[in-house]
Order: sequence, then structure tokens, then C-alpha cells
Amino acid sequence: MSNQEDSWVSSFVFLHLCASSIPILGSTVLLQELSPQHYFSGLEAGRASLAFFTHQASPGAQPFLEQIESSAEVLQDYGISVVKVNCPKEDASRYCGKENALRKAYLFRGNILIREFPTDALFDVNSIVANVLFALLFNEVKYVETLADLQNIENVLRGKSNMVFAYVPATGTAEHRAVMEAAFVYGTIHQFVLTTEAALLKATGNDGPDVSSAWLLFCHCQRATDPAQPCRRTALGQPLTLLNIHRHLKLMGAPLVTEVAEDPEKVSTVHLQLGLPLVFILSQKETYEADRRTAEFVAWQLLGKAGVALLSRDIVDLNVLHQSNVALKTPDEGVPIQYLVLEDTDEVITLVEDKTKVKQIQEEEEEQEDEDEKENNNQDIQDDQVVEAVSRDKKQELPLEQVLVLTEETFHSSLSEAARTVVLFYASWEAVSLAVLRSYSEVADHLKGTPGVLLSRVNCWDWPGICTQENVTQFPTVKIYQKGEKSVTYDGMWGTDELTSFIILSRVSCPLKLATMEEAEGYLRGEFPAELSSHHHPALLGVFSTATSEAREAFEAAGNVLSGHVKMGMYLEDDALALSRKYSMSPPALLLARSRGRSVEGIALSKQSVQDMVQMIRYELLDIFPEITVQNLPQYLQLTKPFLILFSDGDINQMESEEMLKLAKGSPQQAFVACWLNLKKTPVGFGILRVYFATVPSLPVLVWVNLHAGGQVFKFPPEQSITEVNVLSWLEKLRAGLETPSSTMSEEDWKPPLPAYDFLQMMDTAMPELPLHNSHRPGDMPAQHPPKSPGGDTAMREEPSQQTMAEKVGSPGRDLRGTAPRLAAREKQGKRHSEL
Amino acid sequence: ALCALSGAAAVLYHDYCVLGAGPAGLQAAYFLQQAGRDYVVFERSHAPGSFFALYPRHRKLISINKQYTGKSNSEFNLRHDWNSLLSHDRRLLFRHYSRDFFPQADAMVRYLEDFASLLELRVQYNTAIIHVTLERNGQAWNGHYFLLTDQDRKNYKCSSLLVATGTWVPNVVNFPGSEYVEGYETVSINPEDFAGQTVLILGRGNSAFETAENILGVTNFIHMVSRSRVRLSWATHYVGDLRAINNGLLDTYQLKSLDGLLEGDLEDLAIVKDKKGKLHITLRFYLENRNISAGIDSITFPQDELDNFATRAPYDRVIRCLGWKFDFSIYNRSLRMMPGKGNIKKYPQIKPSYESRGTRGLFVLGTASHSVDFRKSAGGFIHGFRYTTRAVHRLLENRHHGVPWPSTVYPITQLTNSIIKRVNEASGLYQMFSVLADIILLRENATAFEYLEEYPIGVLAELEMQTGRKASSGLFVIIMEYGRNFSGADKDVFYYNRAVGEAQHAWQSNFLHPVIYYYKRLPTEREMKLRPPEWPLPRPDAIHHIVEDFLTDWTAPNAHILPLRRFLENCLSTDLRNFFAESCFLFAFTRQKLPPFCQQGYMRMQGLVGSKGLRRHAVQAGLLQDYTPTDFSGDTPPESHHRSQDQLLRDQVISVRPLQHLVNAKDE
Repeated sequence: MSNQEDSWVSSFVFLHLCASSIPILGSTVLLQELSPQHYFSGLEAGRASLAFFTHQASPGAQPFLEQIESSAEVLQDYGISVVKVNCPKEDASRYCGKENALRKAYLFRGNILIREFPTDALFDVNSIVANVLFALLFNEVKYVETLADLQNIENVLRGKSNMVFAYVPATGTAEHRAVMEAAFVYGTIHQFVLTTEAALLKATGNDGPDVSSAWLLFCHCQRATDPAQPCRRTALGQPLTLLNIHRHLKLMGAPLVTEVAEDPEKVSTVHLQLGLPLVFILSQKETYEADRRTAEFVAWQLLGKAGVALLSRDIVDLNVLHQSNVALKTPDEGVPIQYLVLEDTDEVITLVEDKTKVKQIQEEEEEQEDEDEKENNNQDIQDDQVVEAVSRDKKQELPLEQVLVLTEETFHSSLSEAARTVVLFYASWEAVSLAVLRSYSEVADHLKGTPGVLLSRVNCWDWPGICTQENVTQFPTVKIYQKGEKSVTYDGMWGTDELTSFIILSRVSCPLKLATMEEAEGYLRGEFPAELSSHHHPALLGVFSTATSEAREAFEAAGNVLSGHVKMGMYLEDDALALSRKYSMSPPALLLARSRGRSVEGIALSKQSVQDMVQMIRYELLDIFPEITVQNLPQYLQLTKPFLILFSDGDINQMESEEMLKLAKGSPQQAFVACWLNLKKTPVGFGILRVYFATVPSLPVLVWVNLHAGGQVFKFPPEQSITEVNVLSWLEKLRAGLETPSSTMSEEDWKPPLPAYDFLQMMDTAMPELPLHNSHRPGDMPAQHPPKSPGGDTAMREEPSQQTMAEKVGSPGRDLRGTAPRLAAREKQGKRHSEL
Repeated sequence: ALCALSGAAAVLYHDYCVLGAGPAGLQAAYFLQQAGRDYVVFERSHAPGSFFALYPRHRKLISINKQYTGKSNSEFNLRHDWNSLLSHDRRLLFRHYSRDFFPQADAMVRYLEDFASLLELRVQYNTAIIHVTLERNGQAWNGHYFLLTDQDRKNYKCSSLLVATGTWVPNVVNFPGSEYVEGYETVSINPEDFAGQTVLILGRGNSAFETAENILGVTNFIHMVSRSRVRLSWATHYVGDLRAINNGLLDTYQLKSLDGLLEGDLEDLAIVKDKKGKLHITLRFYLENRNISAGIDSITFPQDELDNFATRAPYDRVIRCLGWKFDFSIYNRSLRMMPGKGNIKKYPQIKPSYESRGTRGLFVLGTASHSVDFRKSAGGFIHGFRYTTRAVHRLLENRHHGVPWPSTVYPITQLTNSIIKRVNEASGLYQMFSVLADIILLRENATAFEYLEEYPIGVLAELEMQTGRKASSGLFVIIMEYGRNFSGADKDVFYYNRAVGEAQHAWQSNFLHPVIYYYKRLPTEREMKLRPPEWPLPRPDAIHHIVEDFLTDWTAPNAHILPLRRFLENCLSTDLRNFFAESCFLFAFTRQKLPPFCQQGYMRMQGLVGSKGLRRHAVQAGLLQDYTPTDFSGDTPPESHHRSQDQLLRDQVISVRPLQHLVNAKDE
């Protein structure tokens, strides 16, 4: 964005330079006041001046005078001086004598009168500047009334120079002025043509233009060779302002297609400088001619919206996919060039137009916000999604009937009432806590009627004592208190489902001791205690012969750690050996039953620390080819491996699923995480694809992401089918460095989104001149030092009351966040009115 | 002699000796007891709080005892409970002892008795320490022991001496005729004794006004004289200045009801008693070359030369209410217990760490320690020194027992929260504004921080040594401040627009508000000395004011928390926003680095999933993108949806705008 602003500034400076390079009269006094003799004797040849004649007292001219005074500065930039000629009373000469003449302004070049304007045509600065320049630029700007006139001009110009055709609904408007000012600068380069005829505008073939607004077309007559064809036209898409016209003309003046033979990152054209994107058509020697035609075609389509460059891949060594044929460079700094594979030119155009649209919206917004908050840079607009969401929701009353409110008084007694008390510790002012409180109310709803579980909450803002005592240092915290046992702190996702599942699983001891062989086998088949029956987690059974106490202790300790997250059972009866044999294991062993006992895996246990055991169990519970979701991604990220991820719009088909599974199982030491993402279920995946490929590619798409090393993203060739063999050979190529990444994950740091108020600097600037005593409103000073002399009493008594009245009137409704006295003051005022 | 000898041999030793079982002595005893230290408290009287048994003479305390605040937060409520001492025992809250907003002094005496007995503090009553000296010893904590002698010549030896004797020696002035002056300590408190009398009161503090208030209705008139102008506590924001509850005489003076205030140096005064027992005011100057015994008729009175001299009317009584000073008399010269200079001469000289300037290991607590913040904060009053006493105890724990200053380590995501929590509830910061500060020590890479509460900012430069904590990666100092130049005896504190409403003008806030100083490294001693006048701390690398709040509730998401977050973000150069799990998910796939909230939450499987409703709000606010497949149906480009979101945002913003002007109290 800053880049663009820069270019705007520079173009403005350019204009200003052009304008002020013209010698200026009387640089200090903008509006000169002269006597008629002085004026006429001082007229220099070739210099324009606007004069109006006035007698000392002519009140009618007053508003006109003000306007003309303010236009003096602008006109001066164009070398036109503005002179007020004071007629002596007795003067009866041509300009002073007649009453009529006094209602007119006269434009002279040297001492030749060019035009006289009735003062009512010069109603404001725009009209003055527009009319004066119009008169002076008589040759440079042709005024046309009919289509024939226009065609004549076009014919004359064809093959020689270009034409700027402007339609303004009326002369003397801001748009008219903008056109005239542009003509002043560009009039010698392009032929300017102006009309106010709406019919003419319609005849130029603009499909249904709005005749109430101004219109500007750039007609490419210089290139036009065919006399039968009208010149190509490019309309200015923005409002007619001097800056926009200047920008448009610059763009039209730029070469249609730039040939580039250097690193595209280093390329800079007029388009980029003016804040427009640049499209590269990637070309090769063999296809150069065709590519050039394509580029020109695209360039015409995009004229005024984007630049087009032809980049020869033979000269520039690009580290991009071989198939890429188009690249897009945006003017925003730090945004890398996007390399794309596009099928036809329409796609290019859509791509650019969409970008510009977004940009325009952003700009409009920024402009609007700029206007509103010029100083503070939006610092006071909330940009924290959680805080904003919570405050937007604050009027929504939460259904918290199911959640018991605990206080310092009731906390301990409540814990002893229910078998299991879940406590949410939160702070009522803290956004994340409040967000979790919303999920918590949903949990309460899910668990309504579940016996032995009491859901409660403690507001740490009300009861800091309990929170300190319970060692709650972060908001929010959920703890489960169970009679006679240590409390368990919840450490999972702050989501309704996750928290519900945790509470349900926590109801059963972990690990659960199974007494008989039947129970143990039933457990593996998915026959769980009633509390867990509704739950579809894989189940884990530890099988121990009584002798192996070390592994058993580690298993039990691991169970404590994983309580609430994992379904764990334990079997340590005499026939444990027999049980494990069934799964060709010997105790100590873990039996892992996925999908309700349809498959049971055996894992041998060795001497392990509790931590290793926890780690191992967590690892074993991971899926081989999981569907990645927002909730489970972190578990897989912890493996710190690259991801091979299949983005699918909905479920993946059987074939792909099987191939991918084979791939996952076959990979040596599972060097990567093979997974898939269901875009229907996890729509944020579209966001990922858009970042990777700019647009969403055809689905399903298989992507390799080096999440932890370099962040390169590779796309599996869409023309190949996803089979183990194909993917493996592609991976081989990746490893060999034969493929180029489609994109790379941004390495950018997370910096402060916006600056803070710099109070230090404000103090520095404020302190030197104010000894702070004066920092009160100036009006307060008299009130602060009430007069001591009794004589001054009456005189001064008036003042404070007036002042307070002014205060009240001057600041309606500004006082809510101030102090009560201000509110009281308003009330008083009301009272006073009723008394009156 | 033998007895004394054996007594000397059997000197009783304690690590800590506390002088005085008033509020400060008991408060110190409580912390020592909690920490399991070897200590004893010596008290002259047979019970704690002997000062309150006598004073204030008219028995009404001017420390507020607010029963209701509308809040249950016990820490917050201490902000409006100026009488309770700190303890874990909730029975020992002053509101259980009195329901009066300005309670009776007897309630305080009862309270202190209970405090000592319920907490089983080790107080040795009826022991008046009459002499304190030093015994050099290289082994001792401070290179010397303190040797204490009581009224029975019994000796005690301590490693550290905590002086909490308050200021109880009445200030007196000597001028010719001062023998006719009655002292506040003994003057009658029965208004009937003053019926129809004309009274002159010397002094202009709360005791003087309290005395006047008591007899205002029955005297002919009361005049008050003192050197300095009256200082009203609501103008100075200092609780020791004249409180509105006592200022009835100002009313009668300004309404010309005969009572009056005069300024003059008491040293220049002289009082002459006539035959009828009336007391006449004259100037010492007139008496200088005269013999008083020559009789009243030979004395010149000011009215002889200036016949409208203000105090020409004779008085029936003159009462001295000039306050108290510290008892310096019991300390051996070697302890170098020196009075302060200027207006703090009633207090002993101490450092900002409350340690005596003359003797290492001697700490002054309570009212006597008020020189640190005299006429500024509340260090001379229970509601202030209960916190400074705790601070001293923490310094001692670190110095002598290797127990570092208590602290909590938090992940950086809790930075804004931990500050907001404290500035909203902490009482120590609030009462001891600009004296005690919370300190945030940043850990390397700013991924975590350590939070220290209520450290005395006067010794900020010595923080590492005094607390045993490391401040190597920058620090935040959180204090509360009034606007500079807002408070003062001559200030109009009611002028219009005195309150700032907009966060961007927060630095001009006048009422007590939180201020956060950021230093990239610990300020040095020299920088502390050279700090700008009126600044509690040296110039920081960055500063943030949280805009003053009418309700002292600094939890508004946009006016208070958002600017604070931006300040912290810019100091740490990071992004401290919260994100829903979905955003973290997107970042995890598209960015190589994650914001701290995702890094420390989501990535550790503690992401904030958020309810559907909330996420919808975030989408409407344009802060979260909705990718649901409907907006990807080919013909409508995905951005169109984006646009509608933005449209929504804009609508929202526009509807909200006018409100922002409503709350703008500081109109430029």
C-alpha cells in the first residue's frame, strides 16, 4: 500500500512541478490591487491576467470577490495573475465607467482582451479556473457538438497522435476544471476534445453511460491505421479528478507490452509504480510469436488495469514449475510473485480484475477510514477476533442455568456434594474466558442429566481468593474435582465436544481395572461401562502378568496423565498370558482396539518411564491416514514431519483412500504424515489452497508441504492419477529437487498489527511550552483564580455562569465517560429551563 | 549490680525485634510469624495500639470503613477499607468491628487486640525499650547486633530491628506565654467546657480542625493560626491533609460566622494573660526589651499601632494542636537516627527501602516511615503501610533467608491479562500509588514473564539484589498516578473537562490511573537520581497510560485493553492478539511462524475452538474469513463474499461511530 501512496505522491509532485515551472507574477501577493493606470501600463506581452474593476463601495460583488481571491493562488500556478482594479470615482473609461462592466471579469493576454466573463459564470474556484483555462487553451482543447466534428478530428489525428475525449455534463464544474488542468499539462502531447453533449457521448458507443457523470476516453489514434475503424478507446474507470486523469494518461503512454529479460522480482514498470499489478506472460523461444500475440491481446484487455510484460524463460532462469505460464506481481511490497498455470486469457483477466476489485474496496474503505480517523490510524478499532466476537455477543444472555455459580462461601461445600465437580475458573472481563464460557454452557447442555457430574464456575474477578488458592494462574482454567482425589486440570482444546468428552471419560477411572477374561475381551470388542458407551475412541488395554509390576506402575501412572483423553483398561489376572497369546503377544503388552474391536493391534511393553509411556500411547493412537481437522492438527504437527495432504471436496473416494493408505503404511519410518482434508467439514482448507495457489485448483488436489523445514508447497500434477506408484515417483522427484515449489509458506514474523499511542512523544511535544498548569482549557483560567477584590465581584459573577452555559451548550453529549459533575451540569441546565 | 550482671549474661536473643505493637508493629509481626521467623514485639503498654487508646481525642477516626462497594472481590474491597491489616483470617476485617463509615477509635483498639491474640502474635507487653545501641560483630547479619534495654534494665539482642513506634511525641512551640497553652493531648473534649468562650487554636491539621469541630457550636468564636495555608485533602489527594469531615470551621469562616483562619509564624507569637485571665496576643518582638513582670499595662500590643489588628480580641483559651513527631531519644548516637530535613523533620531519615540511612539492618515501619511519601501517598497510614510493611518483609526474606521476592511465571499470552487483573483489583498499587509498583520481568525472547507485586520503586535500580530475581531482558513497571500538577493545595480540582475520556489522550488523565513504564534494561542508580522532577521513575523507553476511569474499572475492551495490548505489542515487537483455533489452523499451514497465542495454545492442543455464534460474530466483524463452500460456486468470485463482510463491518462501524463522540470528554 505504501508503495502505491508513494507513487501517488510522486505523480502529484510531478504535476505541481509542471505547473510551477511557468513563471509566476507577484509571488507574494496573490490578489493584486491596482489602479487602472497601473494595471494597463504593467501588462506584459504574452502574460495572461484576469482583471475585474470595482469602485470602492460595490457591495454586490462581495461573494464573487471571495471566490476570486481563493482562485488567485491556483491561477497563479498557471501563470495567470488576478488583479483587482480600483476605479477612481470620477473615472468613466471603458472598464470603469459603465455600470455593466463592473459585473464582469476580463481576461487579458498581454494587453489583448481575450474574453469577458459575467461574474455569475464565475461562481466558485472550480468555475473560475475551468473557464479561464478554457479560454486560454482555446487551441489545445477543441470543443465539439456533433459526432461529425468528433470524427473529423479523429480522422485528422489518425496515425499521428492520440486524443483525449472528455464529456462533462456542464462547464464550470470540478470535472471540467480537472480536464482543463490536465489539458494545460498534456495539451501539447495529446489532442483534447471536450463536449457537453450527452448525445455525443452516447454516439461514441459507450454502452449506456450515465450522462449525469463526467466521462473521459483515451483514443489510441496514433496506432490506428484503418481509416474505416474508429480509434480504440480506453475509458477512465475512476472519477474525473486531475490525479486520476494524469494517472490514466501515464498508463496510456506506457508501452503496451514490456519485454523483460531480468529477474521479475526486480522488474518495475509504470504500472507497479502507480499501484497496479503487472502480469508476466512466460514465453519460450519456440512459442515467442504466439506468446507475443497473447500478451498484446491481454494487454488491450487490461489496459488501464494492469501492465503486461513478456518474460522470456530462455533468458531468465526461473525457479518455478515448468508448466507455469503466467506470473502476477502486485505492487504491494513483500508479496512474492505468484506463478500460475492458466488455461486461457480470460483467466488472466479475471484474476487481475478480481484483484483490483478487492483492492478498490480496500482503498475505498481506507479512504473512508482515513477521512474519519486521519490521526490515529485505526488504532482504536478492535482487531482481535476473539475480543470483538465476544463483545458483539455480550448482549446475548447465556443459557447458564445448568452451571452452578460458586462463591468463596460455597466453593468447598459444593465440591463435597457431587461425586465429581467440574469448575470453570474465568474472569468476567477476559475475552478468551468468556468465549470458553459459551462453549461451557453448551457442554452443560450436553451433559444435562448425567449423574454424578456437577458443572460449576467461579468468576475470579469476584473471588480472587479461591482462584489463588486453587492455583489458577491463567484464564480460563477448568478443573475436575473428585471426592477424595487430587483435582485434574483440563489441558485439551477449548471446544464443546472436546470438553464434553473429557468430562465423560474422566468419570471412569483410568486405567479401568478389568476383573475377568470375558470383561477384558468384551472391552476390546467395544463393550464399555455404561458411562462410556456413547463414546467412540479407540480403546487401549494393558495386559500384565502380576509379576511385571514395573511396567504396570508406569502404565497406571500414564493412565493418570491421560485420564480424560484416552480410554484405557488394564487386565492383570492370572490368565493374562492366555489373553495376550490370542493376539500373539506376551505380557506386558498393550492391545489397541480401533473401530470397536474390528482390528486389534498388539504392542510389546518394555521398561519405560511414565513419560515415554505417555508419549508412546499418544503416538500409537494417531491414525495412519487421518482426516485432518482444526481440532486434531496439533497432534500430528507434533511429529514435526512434512505433510502429504489430499484436499478433497467432501469424502475421498475409495480408490484414493486405499492408495493413500498404502502409501502411508509403506513409507519408511513414516517419514511424512499422509492425511486428507475434507473441505466440506473444514472449509478453512479453501483458505489454505488460496494461499498456496492463489486460486482454488481443481479438486481433489494432493499437496506436499514441508511444514517444518523451509515451508515449500508442491502440487501433485493434476493430470496424473493418485496412485501409490505415481505419488512415490513424484516424491522421488521432490526429494531429488527436480520439482519446483508452487509456493512457499511466508516466513514473516508476527509483528504488532498497529502502532501504539506514543505518549512519550506527546509528552515531549506538550511539555516544553506548557508548564501543565496551562493545560486546562483556556476558559477555565478565570474561574481558577476568583477575584479577591470585593469591588470586582459583580462584574465577575456574570462570567463564570456564561462560561458554564457555553460549556454545556458547546459539548452536547460528550460527557458519558467523563465525570458525574458533567452529567449533573446537564440536569441543572434542564432545571433552569423549566424555571424559565 | 549482680542482678544487672546476670541479666546481661542472659541476654535474650531474637532474629527480629519489633518496637511497638501498633498497627505497623503487628502487621510486621504477622508476616514474620507466617514466615516462621524468630521475632518478638515490644510494647510499652499493656495492650496493642496504645496511641488509639488516647487519640484521636474526639474518638472519630478519619479512615474510611466502607461496608459496601457492590463487589465481592476481597482485594478490591481493601481499596476502600482503610483500617484492616493484612492477614489470611477473614474475621480480621475491620468491617466486622464497626459499621461506621468513620469508625470510633475504640473499635480500632479492639481490632488490634484481636489481631494480636487471634493470630497469636508474640508481643511482649509492658516492655518499654528505653535504649538501643549496637554491638559490633562480624558474624552478625549486618555486622552488628542491636542491643535493647527496657525499663527494668533487661537486655535484648537482635539481628534486625524493626522500628514501628509511630510518631507520638507532641510537637510543641516555645514562645513567651506558651505556658498558658493547653495541649491537644489533655484539653477537655467536653464542649460544655467551652460554652461562651473565645478560643484560639494553634495548628491547622486534622487534630486542630477536629478540636474546632467539637466546640464550634458553643464558642463565641474560634480562630486558628498556623504558618502555612490550609491544605484540603480533596485538592491535594493526600489523606493526611484536612479532610472534609473535619472542615466545618472553613464553612463558618467563609460564611462570615465569626470563626476565622490566620496565617502567621507561631515562633513570633507571644501570649499575655491579663488580670481577668484573658489571653492577649502580641508579638515576641514587642516583648523583647521588656520585663513581663512589670505588668500587663506596660506591654505593647499590635493594636496599639494598628487598631484593626486581627487578633486584638482577647481569648479565653489557647489550644495547641500541632501534631506529633518520632521519638528519637532512645537511640544511641552510634545508630545515627537523624531527623529528616524540612517538612519531614518529624520522621527519621530512611532510604526508599525503609532501611535507616544511619544503620544497616534497622528498618522503620508504619507512620514513622512516612518520609518516603510524605504529602503524596498513604505510607503514613494503615491502608498504606500495611503494604510497605509487607514489602519490607519481602526484602528481609530475600536478604537474610534467601527467599526471593514471590513471583509467578506466566506465558506471554497472559501479559495483558495479568496487568488488567492487577490494575483493577490490587489495593497496594492503589493506596501506595507512585510508591509501590508491580514489576514484570521479561524472560528471554519474551515468550514468558515473571510477575512481582508491590515492589518499592525507590529501589528499582537495586531490584536484582533486593529480590533475587533477574531482570536481563527488559521490564515493565506498573504504577498508579494522578495527573501531574492536578493535585495541590491551590489547585482547582473541579474545573470543566478535568476528566479524560479518550484513550488517545490518556496521558493527560488527572485522576488516579494506571501507568506502565517500559525499560529495555533496569534503570541505574544514577538514572534514578537524575529522573525528571515530579517523575516517580526515570524516563522509560516507552510509556503507557490507561485512561482514567470514572468507575476505576479498567476492563473496557476498546478503551482500556486494546491500547494496552498495542503498547505491549510494540514494546515486545510481537502480535498479542487472540485467535480462534481455525485461524491458528490456517496459520499453521500457511505461515512458518505462529503468533504467541497459537504457539502457546493451539499448538499445545489448547486451541480456542469457540462457539458457532462467536465465530459468526468474528466473521461479521471481518476478522475471520468464512470459507464455507457456498461462496465458492464458480460464478461468483470468492471476493464478493469478502466484500459483503466488509460491507457488514462498515455498517457496524458506522452505527458505532456516533457513540465514540458521546464518550469523548476531552474535546480538542
